[in-house]
Amino acid sequence: MADKIHNPLEQFQIKEIIPIEFLGYNISFTNSSLFMCLAVFVVFLLLGLSVKNPTKIPSRIQAFGEVLYGFLIDMIDSTAGPEAKKFAPVIFSLFIFILACNFLGLVPYSFTVTSHIVVTFAMAIFVFLSVTLIGFIRHGFHFFSLFLPQGVPLLIAPFIIPIELFAYLVRPVSLSVRLAANMTAGHVAMKVIAGFIIMFPMVSIFPFALLTLLVGFEIFVAVLQAYIFTILSCVYLSDAMNLH
Amino acid sequence: MESEALVQGMKFIGAGLATIGMVGAAIGIGNIFSGLVSGIARNPSVEKQLFKNAFIGAALAEALGLFAFVISMLLLFK
Repeated sequence: MADKIHNPLEQFQIKEIIPIEFLGYNISFTNSSLFMCLAVFVVFLLLGLSVKNPTKIPSRIQAFGEVLYGFLIDMIDSTAGPEAKKFAPVIFSLFIFILACNFLGLVPYSFTVTSHIVVTFAMAIFVFLSVTLIGFIRHGFHFFSLFLPQGVPLLIAPFIIPIELFAYLVRPVSLSVRLAANMTAGHVAMKVIAGFIIMFPMVSIFPFALLTLLVGFEIFVAVLQAYIFTILSCVYLSDAMNLH
Repeated sequence: MESEALVQGMKFIGAGLATIGMVGAAIGIGNIFSGLVSGIARNPSVEKQLFKNAFIGAALAEALGLFAFVISMLLLFK
């Protein structure tokens, strides 16, 4: 039976489209790169159309861009304070890139870029390192007061500091694994249930209905995970800028 | 030959045991949303803010359940 079931993890295989080798490093153009380019292209198309010929009373596509921008600016303002508005381009790019990649993965026969830990870890470590750097630039060595909150008795400080340090260092890991695991789990579940449709042709209406609901749920999870990644980045930024 | 089947069998047992970790995620999410329902019952005017925070908390709790699922998948398919 094992050779009749398609391995549900096969969809995450990286295939090279244009093999490029440079000084012993494999930097080919893969299906992952193709879908990243496609995501950026779709985002440029949508946002470019929304800022073209702006009018005082917005057209529908302009209203879409405005709603998106307003939503993100409100998020940054409410979590990190008005000073953090200068980081809005980074936060916006993160959100819209993750959202576009998640959505593209829902198209049948496509590839989900954000289901690979290497992609999400790159984004998470970028957020972590830049937030730490911002904290150091702004507060100097006073940044380390992040690990010993105010009003903590000095007696238990030797226990609190390592715990807080580890909780701080695990942030990029949890941020990246959360996004990658959500995407992987959703797509694996979809493949397994789709396999059931083929395996049981007499009662295939039940897995089909379940698959429809699951795709709807996956759309919700795609938006939610992009939002969670972004709002956690804003919270970490607010931690570094305001030291709690 | 014999030990390979044993290792494979043990991997399947491990994959099954790893999914027990999702119980924690389920309890956590249940707690969060029970707090949300109580909060809405006490003060219906702040429903939107509570809902937003509940979803953030639920996603954080769900992440840990998914870590357990990832371990189980790794054991099954590697």
